[in-house]
Amino acid sequence: MTKKPTTDALPKGAADTGRSLASQRENAFLGEDRRRAEWGRRLDGRRTVLEVRGVTKVYQLEGIEVHALCGVSVAIREGEMVAIMGPSGSGKSTLMHIIGLLDRPTSGVVSIEGEVVGDLTPNQLAGLRNQHIGFVFQSFNLLARTGAQANVELPLVYGGVSGSERARRAREALERVELGDRLNHTSGQLSGGQQQRVAIARALVTNPSIVLADEPTGNLDSRSGVEVMGILQDLNAQGITVVIVTHDANVARHARRIVELRDGEIVRDEPVPDRLDAHDEIIQLGMNTVGGVERARAAGDPA
Amino acid sequence: MNFTESFRIAIRAVFANKVRSALTMLGVIIGVAAVILLVAIGTGVQGEVTSTVEGLGSNLLFIFPGKQSTTGGGSSFGPGMSGGKPFSLSDAQYLRTRLQLIDAVVPVASGAGNARYQNRNDYATLSGTTDQGTLVVSATLGAGRFFNRSENDAASRVGVIGYTVKTSLFPNGEDPLGRVITINGQRFTVIGWYTKVGGGLSGDQDNVIRVPISALESLTGNSRVPIMLVKVTNTSDIDLVRAQIKRVLAPKFSDQITVMSQDQTLGIFNQLLGTLTVMLAGIAGISLLVGGIGIMNIMLVSVSERTREIGIRKAVGARTYDILSQFVIEAMMLSVLGGVFGIAVGAGGAFALSGLVPTTVTPWAVAIAFFFSAGVGIFFGVYPAWKASKLDPIVALRYE
Repeated sequence: MTKKPTTDALPKGAADTGRSLASQRENAFLGEDRRRAEWGRRLDGRRTVLEVRGVTKVYQLEGIEVHALCGVSVAIREGEMVAIMGPSGSGKSTLMHIIGLLDRPTSGVVSIEGEVVGDLTPNQLAGLRNQHIGFVFQSFNLLARTGAQANVELPLVYGGVSGSERARRAREALERVELGDRLNHTSGQLSGGQQQRVAIARALVTNPSIVLADEPTGNLDSRSGVEVMGILQDLNAQGITVVIVTHDANVARHARRIVELRDGEIVRDEPVPDRLDAHDEIIQLGMNTVGGVERARAAGDPA
Repeated sequence: MNFTESFRIAIRAVFANKVRSALTMLGVIIGVAAVILLVAIGTGVQGEVTSTVEGLGSNLLFIFPGKQSTTGGGSSFGPGMSGGKPFSLSDAQYLRTRLQLIDAVVPVASGAGNARYQNRNDYATLSGTTDQGTLVVSATLGAGRFFNRSENDAASRVGVIGYTVKTSLFPNGEDPLGRVITINGQRFTVIGWYTKVGGGLSGDQDNVIRVPISALESLTGNSRVPIMLVKVTNTSDIDLVRAQIKRVLAPKFSDQITVMSQDQTLGIFNQLLGTLTVMLAGIAGISLLVGGIGIMNIMLVSVSERTREIGIRKAVGARTYDILSQFVIEAMMLSVLGGVFGIAVGAGGAFALSGLVPTTVTPWAVAIAFFFSAGVGIFFGVYPAWKASKLDPIVALRYE
């Protein structure tokens, strides 16, 4: 059993909210019991990496109070792949900012790796983000006029990792997303899919607790989008915890678990019944691997 | 994040916008160059005055009419002197007969006149002294001689011409000795000429004609002697002689005279020039300030242009301090680079002007200009950097 001093102190129900909610909507699909059992086995004994409990967020917009989140509780365990879904205005962006430690809730508790993120200063939050969260954004958000490797090194720069170690880890991370041969390409010299893969490498390079992807396929054509989902699935298969925030049900179906938000509340939290495998989709699209896409490009395919 | 990282980021940012960086630096370049150049001229002139006066020897006393005032002002000649009636030639003669322990009393007067030879003209400074005027002239004779006592006493129309006068009136290597030139319509015989002195704080020191002071009177129609120089035989007697001079002149001038040694004269000149130099450097410093505001302006533009970059950096873990130092270092780099170029331009300008004005580029002026410009960069860089460091990462990431 790994450390979970804070989560142990929480009421038992909190971590199970998702499951109990889901069990109320029992049981539309054949094989649901089997899948749930499998999921339970998978997560058995896994430590909780991140937990939000009873979180609310109230904004003041021109004097009007906007309740973006009304008491949201989610626990994410090591090795999970969770999709946070919802239409715009559902509060999913706000939840993402709180999970990503970019924002603090109005009330409620957020803890990461057992550490309660209560009254931390912005600088302390920056330190935690650097250590525990890897961001993947919709619009890639790479530094302009900066090479892929330098972009991937960025979190390590702020993490105080020395130059040679930084370069080694950045190259490793880029190799994991099959961009080992594009170390010095700037964003202008990379396709959208490649840019997003650089962003994923940047998210991975610190060995974060969570890779947090905000609409990772939003700015990509469908083929590049599937590739990116494939990479995220591969990373998850290697044990990395992935949280995807999306409004797109198809994207969400690549995850193992869906948390659906509506009007600031969780309306669904359950295993994905019909999970999509990005690799199958790639094959359907006529490519056998991500590398295959690269080979096809090299061969002159305009994709 | 350490300092070298901030430094590398700053270098990249400065070179990413070369034209903009160069224009921003221009303000600092002009400011620093102006400070260096003006201080160089001030220091150069000061050095020139010092060496000229010191070249006369340390056993000289300068007598000015009027009392030295402590409140500034002054007559047209002596700085800080006011009131008092001017001396005449007879005062010099009287002084000579009454003083012991001295070699000479030299009255000095000056004017301006138009010198002509054949169809050539030269408008020159006329300097009148007695035959002992060699004591106060730092130029060396190229040929000929200075006028002698009998020529002086007889107010002979003879003159020793400076190098500029020689070359304008006798351009083709013609020997001026024995030639008769006219000065303000009066005929003078050239009896000697000086080699080139160069430089000069009050115009061309070579554009001068030295004539007996008695003859000068007839040229300018002015018998006033604004200054007398006394050469003391032994430097140790200088205070004794000073007291003597005051006593001798007291019946006629009461206390309305000022006797100064070479040190005191230099002190007054240097004080004056020093004040002037600091004032000019201060005015130049204002342009440095303006350059600093230019840096602040550009840094503010840069911060809002790079809001998204700041958001990314913060999202991946940059702390307030990291962003702050990145932008402060960038501003400082602009101003320090500007300072370095400014020093080069200022020193180059001082070198180029050294033919016209004496200039000396002093290390302290360079150091002050450099550190002041760096300080300007920090001062004006802090506000934009602070603004950048306070950006909310969520807002910054959403910024288009």
